[in-house]
Amino acid sequence: MSFLTFLKKKRPLKDQQADRGILVFENTSEVIRAENALKAEGWDVKVKGPPPEIRTGCDLVIEFPLIEELNVLRALEGAGVEPVKVVPVWSALLEPVSLFHTKDFGEYLMIRAANMKLTVDKKTMTIVNVSGGGCPDVPFLAQEMVGKPLSDAPSPRAIGHTLCGYALQLAYEEMQRQCLSS
Amino acid sequence: MLVVVGTVPDEGIPLLEGQVHLENDMLVLQGRRIPVNRGTPALLAAAVAAGQILGNAPTYTYLVGDIGTGKGSRRLYEHLVRHLPKKAFEVMTFHYLQPDVDWHNRVLFALEEMKPRPVLIADAGFMYAAKMSGQAGAYDLFTPDAGEIAFLADEEAPHPFYTRGFILHEENRVPELITRAYEHNNAARCLLVKGKRDYVASREGILATIDKPLVEALEPVGGTGDTVTGIVSALVASGMSVEDAALVAAKVNRLAGLYANPTPATQVIELIKHIPRATAEILEETLKKHLSRNAR
Repeated sequence: MSFLTFLKKKRPLKDQQADRGILVFENTSEVIRAENALKAEGWDVKVKGPPPEIRTGCDLVIEFPLIEELNVLRALEGAGVEPVKVVPVWSALLEPVSLFHTKDFGEYLMIRAANMKLTVDKKTMTIVNVSGGGCPDVPFLAQEMVGKPLSDAPSPRAIGHTLCGYALQLAYEEMQRQCLSS
Repeated sequence: MLVVVGTVPDEGIPLLEGQVHLENDMLVLQGRRIPVNRGTPALLAAAVAAGQILGNAPTYTYLVGDIGTGKGSRRLYEHLVRHLPKKAFEVMTFHYLQPDVDWHNRVLFALEEMKPRPVLIADAGFMYAAKMSGQAGAYDLFTPDAGEIAFLADEEAPHPFYTRGFILHEENRVPELITRAYEHNNAARCLLVKGKRDYVASREGILATIDKPLVEALEPVGGTGDTVTGIVSALVASGMSVEDAALVAAKVNRLAGLYANPTPATQVIELIKHIPRATAEILEETLKKHLSRNAR
């Protein structure tokens, strides 16, 4: 592990929150790609809701330690996904929903994150239903995921584009944690 | 005439408009066969199925392929802004569209130019944009689920994903969330809140609750909220008041769900197949109640 990587991973949380910036992208798909690229390089970044002055609709931004701006931008340039702007944080960012609701139907397990629900057949570990949400990638995600094993199904992070897709990713990760981690 | 505006999860589908019908579990629009799984095709299929019993004129639709990038939705928004002012539709239902406040507002301006102004129903992404734009009161009906009513109740949240923890949905708090949504002007004139117990509400309070039959296995089934929005749209298009239609639609959807005998793995088309029977039975029951009330 390089010294820089060590710093990136061990920087105390308090420091990160003191001087934060946000990366604003053209659309949610790019946010998801950028988050994947930064996390793959070990950056401790967080996806949040934008402040009111730059909200347009189905938005996500990436919060990062502002002091690392150049390094972060370089990493994103390398990944081919560059933000449309970088903004210092002056107002509180919205926290995504972080609570999960699990419902056991006997043969089936359903997990809800925010407005999205994912249901799996406990015996076969096959995804049997996706419900909730209102963005246009929800029917697409359902079409691509339903009927596939939880271990092989494409992740919403990989093929989704919106906040509903992002919420489904959280349910999917929680389902994997509950069903596949043992 | 009922007009449904939404998307299908196939980028290869261009912007299509026209009358739609059901054929062997598929929607047929301009010669294209579109699978009914969930989302706007499920809403349309439910509206067509209920409309057959109600004797409605054929359902008309504006549909475009969009898998979440928003490209198709923006193309559709642009088309609506250009063409709606010259159209005359009685009921319009807006559904799975990329939430975009700017485009929402332009579409709403176009709707305001229509003569007569149609009854406006919104659900899913377009309802999110309507709330976020501060124009929720321009709509006659929203059909949120329990999670979405929490979003409508949270005056700060731009999307259900950001509903604040202290508001987060619990089924037993729905009446409180409805009140809060109206206090912050984030609800349509009428609400049909879909859940374990369905609520029909207005600014004056809860108008009706529907909790029977209760089929627990329907909760995970994707598209059951879309079907109730389709049924209520068809009922309003048949001439029923929005409030009565919401009550009847909730009952029809539950009964169709019961007849489908679902498991959590059931797909929504199985429920849609029972909508004609359920619609006929609930309408008959409603008529009997109405006649016996008048006879007293």
